[in-house]
Amino acid sequence: MSITQERTNSIIGQRMLRREDPALLTGEAKFTNDLVIPGALHLAVLRSPYAHARIKSIDVTDALTMPGVIAIYTGKDLHATWAAPMPCAWPVTPDMKNPAHFPLALDKVCYVGDGVAAVLANSETESRDALDAIDVAYEPLQAVTDLEVALSDKTIIHEAIGTNKSYTWNLKVEATEGAVDEAFKNAAFTVSERYIQQRLIPMAMEPRAVVAVPQPFGGDITLYSATQVPHILKVMTAITLGIPEHQLRVVAPAVGGGFGSKLDVYAEELLCVALSRKHGAPVRWVEERTENTQSTIHGRGQIQNIELAADKDGKLTAVRVRLIGDMGAYLQLVTPGVPLLGAFLYAGVYDLPVAYDFSCTSVFTTMTPTDAYRGAGRPEATYAIEVAMDALARKMKIDPYELRKRNYIKKEQFPYTAFSGLTYDSGDHLAAAEKAMGHADYAAVRKKQATQNVAGARKRLGIGMTSYFEMCGLAPSRVLASLNYGAGGWESATVRVLPTSKVQVVTGTSPHGQGHETSWAMIAAEKLGVAPEDIDVLHSDTAIAPLGLDTYGSRSLAVGGVAIAGACDKVIDKARLIAAHQLECAAEDLEFAQGTFSVKGSHDKAVPLAAIAFAAFTAHNLPDGVEPNLEAQYTHDPKNFSWPFGAHICIVEIDTETGKVDVLKYIAVDDCGIQINPLIVEGQVHGGVVQGLAQALYEEAVYDTDGNLKTTNLAEYLVPAACDVPPITTDFTVTPSPTNQLGVKGVGEAGTIGAASTVMNAVIDALSGLGVTKLDMPASPNNVWKAIQAAQGGK
Amino acid sequence: MIPAAFEYKRAGSAEEAINLIGQYGDEAKFLAGGHSLIPLMKLRLAQPTMLVDIGRVKDLSYIKDAGDHIAIGALTRHMDVEKSPVLSQHVPLLAHAAGYVGDAQVRHRGTIGGSIAHADPAGDIPATTLALGATYVVQGPNGKREIAAKDFYKGFLESALAADEMLVEIKVPKMNGAGWSFQKFNRRAVDWAIVGVAAWRNNGASGVALVNMGSTPVLASAVSSALAKGASVADAAAHAADDAEPQADLNASVEYRTHLAKVLVRRALEQASK
Ligand SMILES: Cc1cc2nc3c(=O)[nH]c(=O)nc-3n(C[C@H](O)[C@H](O)[C@H](O)COP(=O)(O)OP(=O)(O)OC[C@H]3O[C@@H](n4cnc5c(N)ncnc54)[C@H](O)[C@@H]3O)c2cc1C
Repeated sequence: MSITQERTNSIIGQRMLRREDPALLTGEAKFTNDLVIPGALHLAVLRSPYAHARIKSIDVTDALTMPGVIAIYTGKDLHATWAAPMPCAWPVTPDMKNPAHFPLALDKVCYVGDGVAAVLANSETESRDALDAIDVAYEPLQAVTDLEVALSDKTIIHEAIGTNKSYTWNLKVEATEGAVDEAFKNAAFTVSERYIQQRLIPMAMEPRAVVAVPQPFGGDITLYSATQVPHILKVMTAITLGIPEHQLRVVAPAVGGGFGSKLDVYAEELLCVALSRKHGAPVRWVEERTENTQSTIHGRGQIQNIELAADKDGKLTAVRVRLIGDMGAYLQLVTPGVPLLGAFLYAGVYDLPVAYDFSCTSVFTTMTPTDAYRGAGRPEATYAIEVAMDALARKMKIDPYELRKRNYIKKEQFPYTAFSGLTYDSGDHLAAAEKAMGHADYAAVRKKQATQNVAGARKRLGIGMTSYFEMCGLAPSRVLASLNYGAGGWESATVRVLPTSKVQVVTGTSPHGQGHETSWAMIAAEKLGVAPEDIDVLHSDTAIAPLGLDTYGSRSLAVGGVAIAGACDKVIDKARLIAAHQLECAAEDLEFAQGTFSVKGSHDKAVPLAAIAFAAFTAHNLPDGVEPNLEAQYTHDPKNFSWPFGAHICIVEIDTETGKVDVLKYIAVDDCGIQINPLIVEGQVHGGVVQGLAQALYEEAVYDTDGNLKTTNLAEYLVPAACDVPPITTDFTVTPSPTNQLGVKGVGEAGTIGAASTVMNAVIDALSGLGVTKLDMPASPNNVWKAIQAAQGGK
Repeated sequence: MIPAAFEYKRAGSAEEAINLIGQYGDEAKFLAGGHSLIPLMKLRLAQPTMLVDIGRVKDLSYIKDAGDHIAIGALTRHMDVEKSPVLSQHVPLLAHAAGYVGDAQVRHRGTIGGSIAHADPAGDIPATTLALGATYVVQGPNGKREIAAKDFYKGFLESALAADEMLVEIKVPKMNGAGWSFQKFNRRAVDWAIVGVAAWRNNGASGVALVNMGSTPVLASAVSSALAKGASVADAAAHAADDAEPQADLNASVEYRTHLAKVLVRRALEQASK
């Protein structure tokens, strides 16, 4: 039976409450910082107050006399400890420049927050107090915070590489040589737009935390970390510290959100392991909120130049994109790859002929390193094409929805081979958009807008839309190879039916808020015919789940969930052999439904999975060649990315006197294929939309020209709270993915990918009558007011 | 977010608190609701070595009708100010403004006295009591004295309070049916004002004060004198920033802040004139 068909009594598709929530909501869940390890030493890291400076000297004499202080290390003291610099797993081009980066700076600091010295003390407070007593002499150098200035190489940040440019990566695909230039030459309409993707701070509710616990004998060590990637962390820690991988165990306890910021290998993880080995004692570190804003990766940070060419009907004929990517001070785990994840999506959901020219140049600055942040590359791409489509519609003086309709890839065209050679698995953009338009009552809003937005109106109405495509479910290993990524994209699962027929599902995904335990149990329950509450999901501990590639890039369901289904199939296949043996029939004559094998056509000849599990355990009477126990491991390497899509609409009202944007309505119609648990899907859409809306209206990591981060706490960095979020209407279309047996696509990033451009298109739609056709994010009251003033003054 | 080491003593009365502060001198601080002081300590921007906790001085938490004014004990929590029937009747502007301080958690902890003593120009309560012409009663080792709100605010987080003086009572004149308005402009619902306005109007008289328009809460005297001379609301509001020296920050340039003050004062006066 295929799960993508209509079923009765199906578990998949039910709005089951999340089994994770009781512990989280009552405060019983144990986060890394809740682990009480007797005798632990506390690490505190002294951080640079300068964006760019040479370290002249570090004097720790006074600090060493402070109460409780055990030891203090500088970068030089620990240099011999590292077998390799901090890892960057994505050398996107052969000539990419990657300056050596160590957990503590050596001679130079390159951003405010760069680690300079490590204090070990008996308590957290003592370690913190000692920081104030360390005396560092710096020779300040010029900060580099402007991407274009950085590219000029006026001030070189890393002398060893001699330039601030890390790499240029190109994707030029043309039907015939010169096709892009030709299309622009012959275009009836062109637009050329420049957008700024401001830096964002991921701001997971739980900051990072690490505890490294060495075993008393033999050299084994357990690393607890608030990470999204325990498996990757294990490999990278072993390599970077030169310690045997088999002696390292990594555990991610309850993790309070990540959004990509915990998809990394961080200095403090390496420091805790190294120092716990040196001192033969557990070492723990907990990040403060201000530290989190400076020393955990930031997201976005791009200057985007996008040009569209269209024929007289508005049909797109070419897309040209030039990006500058802000790497920050160093390359973290996948920093250079982030723009590439969007590189294929700058034509959005549109049927573009083969005339596409993308180039990204990435540059070092003296700011916190950037890396993957919810959506990673794809919200940026979606923003550029969708805001540019509105600009094109304005230029053509046609309705932006009409323009999109003329360009959508049509339902019949799927699977669709794009200009890039990638195949979009399935989709129906028009259906999603029509559904969203229905919720918005589009025609009525346009009518109201015409009467409301008259000259001198204090409040102006705007409506904006986005149709998005998300390339996710990372990823087919061979495609990753072609992009030079340093690892595969598979995921592993083990399904174990215990003697009493309870089930353990072991997954290599590593949840940090997504509800995997609930959803994975539902998948196994559906496949095996076992009640979800009889299934336990084990994860996030490399001793329990040794194989895995963790959770990011909306991959967990589309790769890891499918791996569970595959492991269940293997279990069922094995159980079928045992059942056939017991029922004395051929395996092919058996069908499996609701947890029972029965002989086709004579249903009284049947045996439940529970009986087979026990038989497999006793092994008293197994068919020849069948091993005891009922367990199977399966590794799924996806054939394709998955391609969720959707249409979002936002309606805003803007107070032109104050510039304040009021979001009246937000509509998200998403299609993530088959939904395992619609409750969780809606939650993901809500959270994602809020994060995209936050980029459009609230959030920005602000640096001054000296490279000081000005938004170092939650009063300055404006994460919207529940009361700032408009009502969100969620609706769905369901277009199963044909490339995996569950028909699933993934929904972790969808909301974020669709929301920023939707909100900004609404804002500009409200203001274009006043002459405002361009506005940088965030559309804060001050920025909106300033744009209105400028447009009105220019008249 | 770990404060530097400090000692802690709990006072049972105003006298005891003042005594303790006197003993420990400059390095000591009163701790009321702690919602301004503790955040500063966590950032190590304040590092007092002694905290004298006055949070449980129960007899300084009251709201009393005292004839021509309402007397409010300095330790009265924002939530009690917001919900007070006496204030709703006689000083509705203050009760209403208190409802805009932070969120419910903050309002249950933070005190009216702490807000005023902290003298934060971005605070809602300093400007509101200033607009209302309040008088602050402070007590030191040598007894009590009264300071008019307009003479109290000396600079950014600086007031006329001596180090060994404690704010014990806030006297707010009754509004006698005046029209009023409180305008708070911010980006998120629970935030400090980018600009705020507390205003009342009664026949020829008026009081207008601005939140976050300088290093202290600002009395917009030019607006009141324009109104007294018969200016229209719009014309009077054009003087909103005459007495202010606004600063730029992440949320507003000087120009924008000045503009906002005018818009909000106009809206406040329109509402207060209804
Ligand atoms: C998240 C958050 C949001 C907030 N939002 C707002 C807001 O929107 N608007 C707003 O106005 N405020 C806001 N506040 C501040 C809140 O109003 C505080 O409670 C108030 O500013 C200080 O009162 P407190 O009792 O907490 O004083 P404390 O923090 O205890 O003390 C503040 C200062 O005043 C001194 N002090 C306190 N009481 C006395 C006294 N009786 N005599 C002499 N000195 C004294 C202390 O020594 C200290 O220096 C917010 C606070 C937080 C934490």
